[in-house]
Amino acid sequence: MKVRVLESAYIEQELFAAIQSISFNPDPDIKFCLQKALDNETSPLAKDILMCMLQNLKAAATDRIPLCQDTGSLVVFADIGCKLQILGDSLPIIVNNALRRATSELYLRASMLKDPLFSRINTGDNTPAFFHCRINPGDSLKLKIAQKGGGAENMSRLKMFTPAASEADIIDFVVETVLLAGAKACPPLVIGVGIGGNFETSAIMAKEALLQPLLMHNQDLNYANLEEKMLKAVNNTGIGVQGMGGNYTAFAVHILEQPCHIASLPVAVNLQCHSHRHISIEL
Amino acid sequence: MNIQKLVLPLSLQDISQLKQGDKALLTGILLTARDAAHKRLAECISNKQELPFDLRESTIFYCGPSPTPDGKICGAVGPTTSSRMDKWTPLLLEHGLRAMIGKGERSEAVQNEIRRMGSIYFVAVGGISAYLTRHIVSCETYLWEELGTEAIYRLRVVDFPVYVSIV
Repeated sequence: MKVRVLESAYIEQELFAAIQSISFNPDPDIKFCLQKALDNETSPLAKDILMCMLQNLKAAATDRIPLCQDTGSLVVFADIGCKLQILGDSLPIIVNNALRRATSELYLRASMLKDPLFSRINTGDNTPAFFHCRINPGDSLKLKIAQKGGGAENMSRLKMFTPAASEADIIDFVVETVLLAGAKACPPLVIGVGIGGNFETSAIMAKEALLQPLLMHNQDLNYANLEEKMLKAVNNTGIGVQGMGGNYTAFAVHILEQPCHIASLPVAVNLQCHSHRHISIEL
Repeated sequence: MNIQKLVLPLSLQDISQLKQGDKALLTGILLTARDAAHKRLAECISNKQELPFDLRESTIFYCGPSPTPDGKICGAVGPTTSSRMDKWTPLLLEHGLRAMIGKGERSEAVQNEIRRMGSIYFVAVGGISAYLTRHIVSCETYLWEELGTEAIYRLRVVDFPVYVSIV
């Protein structure tokens, strides 16, 4: 079997460049969505805020100041081809090395604690990253990388529905999550929904759903329609930009689905703020 | 939309002229404090120690800035979720806290206390830190440096944009 080899230093450099890019530039379609909202919104308050959001995109890129002071916890999904060998450090170590370097050289905020409950002492370099890894056919390394802020993450929810639940019940759960979040999750939101799988994979799907291109829809027409229904229902809540009212509570809903047990119907909702910082790279 | 330029610290008179939904451009000093600093401030009060600053002359900004890059005035600043501070806010209001800046809703109890004390709660827009940082002219660590981003920073701001949420 022919094996492709990648050096760990090369992967670390590419990861550093990816973190650098998203610290100052969000998903490229965010600008389009903000501009569209500004064109269509009628409330002067919402328009004023949308204009500030658009100016922030320019300010971050020009001044090299992060888009948001919460430069997030780093989330990485790695798809590794089984014909790929990494020379040097292992991938989780490479990810944390890149994150440590980025935190220091790019002046990102250290927001990670060693112990969640007792000491709550900051690790000082924003490590560790949240790392998910899958092994696939082929010889490439695909990485999806996100900086996830704490405000929107805190308002995310998971519910173990039973098979008796209807499509409407699931839409209601998403809407309820958004209502509970109010302005805390920094709307306009991007909403990741994981349907099926089990307790932990539903949450992981909800997170990974956020990391697809902003304007992309689910490949399955049923789920694509459900995304549209959820988005409409969320935008009918009237929460609006930063909770100030109006028609733009969310820009997109992304669903990922998985097989599940006959007794179960897990649903996880992961909220993302308008500072939607993520990127995908393939090495 | 009504836009008012205000100089900090705010007087009770300044506050009485503001209405929910007004935009305010603040000039003066903000002190940052988030979860860990609030916990310490509350401990000072419960241990009957003197507070490190006069709350009546203070505008507390719920914010943990990112580090200041070399050659820049300040790192990224922006509001964090205010409701996490609700636990400690009534105590600070009781001791005279004049103004707060954060993001999102407050508890019923905090809303009532803000109105009863004649204080004010502003919201700043979340996720526009690079834009907000352009309104900062100086930034220094004021207290509890060991808390890192959760320390109290003293920010001098010019026309810093916020919106009146509770008054």
